[in-house]
Amino acid sequence: MSTTTQNDVNFYQAKKGIMSWVYTIDHKRIGIMYLIASSLALFAGGAFALMIRAQLATPGGMLPMTPEYKDTYNMWFTLHGVIMVFLFIIPAIPAALGNFILPLMVGAKDVAFPKMNLASFYLYVIGAAIALYGIVGGESPLTTGWTFYLPYSKETAGAVITMTFAAFVLGFSSIFTGINFIVTIHKLRAPGMSWYKMPLLLWALYATSILQVLATPVLGITLLLLIAERTLQVGIFDPALGGDPVLFQHFFWFYSHPAVYIMILPGMGIISEVISCFSRKVIFGYKAIANSSIAIAVISFLVWGHHMFLSGQSVYAGLVFSFLTFLVAIPSAIKVFNWVATLHRGSITFETPMCYALSFLFLFTIGGLTGLPLATLSTDIVLHDTYYVVAHFHYVMFGGTVIAFFSGLHFYWPKMVGKMYNETVGKIACIIVFIGFNVTFFSQFFLGYTGMPRRYFTYDSSNELWSQMHGFSSIGAFILGFGVLILFANLIASLFSDRKAPNNPWGATTMDWETQSPPVLENFSEDVPVMKKAPYEYE
Amino acid sequence: MSSKVDTNKFIPRFVSHHFSNADQEFESCKLGMWLFLLTEFMLFGGIFVAYVVFRTWYPETFESGAEKLDWKMGAVNTVILITSSVTMAVAIREVQLNRKGRALALLLFTVLCGMGFLVVKYFEYNHKFELGIFPGDFFSFMGDHMSNEHLYFSIYFMATATHVLHVILGLLAILWVSWRTAKGEFYEAYYTPVEMVGLYWHLVDLIWIFLFPLLYLTK
Ligand code: HEM
Ligand SMILES: [Cu+2]
Repeated sequence: MSTTTQNDVNFYQAKKGIMSWVYTIDHKRIGIMYLIASSLALFAGGAFALMIRAQLATPGGMLPMTPEYKDTYNMWFTLHGVIMVFLFIIPAIPAALGNFILPLMVGAKDVAFPKMNLASFYLYVIGAAIALYGIVGGESPLTTGWTFYLPYSKETAGAVITMTFAAFVLGFSSIFTGINFIVTIHKLRAPGMSWYKMPLLLWALYATSILQVLATPVLGITLLLLIAERTLQVGIFDPALGGDPVLFQHFFWFYSHPAVYIMILPGMGIISEVISCFSRKVIFGYKAIANSSIAIAVISFLVWGHHMFLSGQSVYAGLVFSFLTFLVAIPSAIKVFNWVATLHRGSITFETPMCYALSFLFLFTIGGLTGLPLATLSTDIVLHDTYYVVAHFHYVMFGGTVIAFFSGLHFYWPKMVGKMYNETVGKIACIIVFIGFNVTFFSQFFLGYTGMPRRYFTYDSSNELWSQMHGFSSIGAFILGFGVLILFANLIASLFSDRKAPNNPWGATTMDWETQSPPVLENFSEDVPVMKKAPYEYE
Repeated sequence: MSSKVDTNKFIPRFVSHHFSNADQEFESCKLGMWLFLLTEFMLFGGIFVAYVVFRTWYPETFESGAEKLDWKMGAVNTVILITSSVTMAVAIREVQLNRKGRALALLLFTVLCGMGFLVVKYFEYNHKFELGIFPGDFFSFMGDHMSNEHLYFSIYFMATATHVLHVILGLLAILWVSWRTAKGEFYEAYYTPVEMVGLYWHLVDLIWIFLFPLLYLTK
């Protein structure tokens, strides 16, 4: 393991003052700003999650049982979803970690369009500000759920226009990141880095970007049509005017299903890097993992109908979508098998990023497998819109993406800030998160399987199983929240410590680790860095 | 950092710091632009899908709606836009040949065409509004029409208004490169912005070429 540290002027020191951040076009600073902003969103979304769980801890709940308070509860889960999806999980890995790491990994000085990168960040901030206005600006609360289904979202008094407009702006921000990444990977790779010598995180970010570029505009037009529906009464989605509310669902999921892969693919990329690094082994099945990222990107455009098995879509469409959904599980499974094979006979060490990566393997597998009964027409009739779905997607989105984000955050933290965090505390936080997560969400499979519907603010108090499981779930949520707090406290504390990070603390082999920690202004000390050895060449 | 040679003096004026040469920069911009055009296609794709769905549901309504549009106006606009695409393409050629004056004239002619398109569209919209032909629930046309005809006009107005917005943005972009052409910033070795704006303008044109037959020539 390399312990060298250099002391050249790093990119933080190169320019000083608040303006050096406001006008920066340095991908590293933009990545850091994205990281701070999306972490704040994680905390905001998390606060709503804890309120939801507090309400459901007992059948009586903490809100009075009157109709107005139902809306309060509806607002909580809506804002939880909107914030987590649009403000945290979509930008967190690509725009925050990806922005920082991708140019380092390809051996470039910056992304292809640095100004567009900054514009992307500002659009994110503007989108967030509009969303915030929608929440506290005095409009009645948004209660549609993150899915904005018609006709309710046309009839409700809630802040639908403000929030959809916020999501529209955030979409632009996401598109800009996507375009930037694709072009950077195509055009700015270091000499020697052919496509099949790219680190797998790059393949993952590439596939993600394709989805961002192709799917997000469809969300854009959908949200614009929804706004037109409310303002101009165009009727396209309104059955009362001869329109079709199911068409809205088609449009929405045509974006939002690929969006779940926008969320998971970068996470998968991080796991490939981390598992190979801490097993000291060439990744098993490099090409299979790389190609499966692209396969996921392609197939994920063809499965959106599995969210609409019960929405009055034709049975034949349902059959086809069911089949295609099974198909998309294959490339995900290929990755899991390859990661496990990489572990086999590796010299595994259990640093914090690796602990998160291993819990990813476990949790993502559960998440993926529980998707299959949802993809099966007959079983989905029972499971649709129950807590089973809630448990499924939290296993993939939290157990998968967020855990991978935590893994990447710990992996790249020394590179990003130049300090080492406390390993022991990091591992303890990881274990608390793992336990808290499973207590919170495994109980929800039982709830859903026995028929507890999602999005309800109370439940039958005579059902003992439900009382128990909801109780468990709520306790788990607070354990989980506590774990996440420790995780961030540990990282922030490292900033004030004097444990300077070496350039390559984990002994990883990709180009990003050849830079200084933190990197200098234009990343590499050579003007044109050359890729010397293939990724994952461990002795 | 300190060991680095200052390569800045060898690099032409417009190559940004993170590209190694002008070709790489040009190729990157071009790829970026094509990706952006792809997003525009997907955006309009949504409207086209809505069109297909409702045309399948209400075929007669769509014919009756299309009859209320003036295909001659649409045809004039089609000719105008195709002409403007040609002049835009030639303008780029002139920039590449360092003929600034001609390039500028052609760019401004393109702008003129675009404005002509908007004027025609204005008259078309105005006529519709006078007859009470509005989208959706505001549809108050008194003459002969089918029961769901407001939906046809919802799609007509959403599609054409989104397109008009693109025309306006395109015009602003062409004015911007015209201004820079006038200042003499483009020459055979550097004309990326003109080329990119040109691509964008062709897209705006192309979308209209789809919209025109679908909306006006339904019969
Ligand atoms: C391994 C493959 C997967 C399969 C087979 C699968 C299958 C499904 C199906 C059929 C549904 C619809 C259930 C219903 O509403 O009745 C669903 C919901 C959902 N899935 Fe997955 N899924 C998979 C992976 C993922 C991943 C990787 C993510 C995100 C990172 C994800 C996120 C979601 C979300 C957010 C929902 C619910 C959305 C909502 O209704 O609010 N899924 N999944
Ligand atoms: Cu899906």
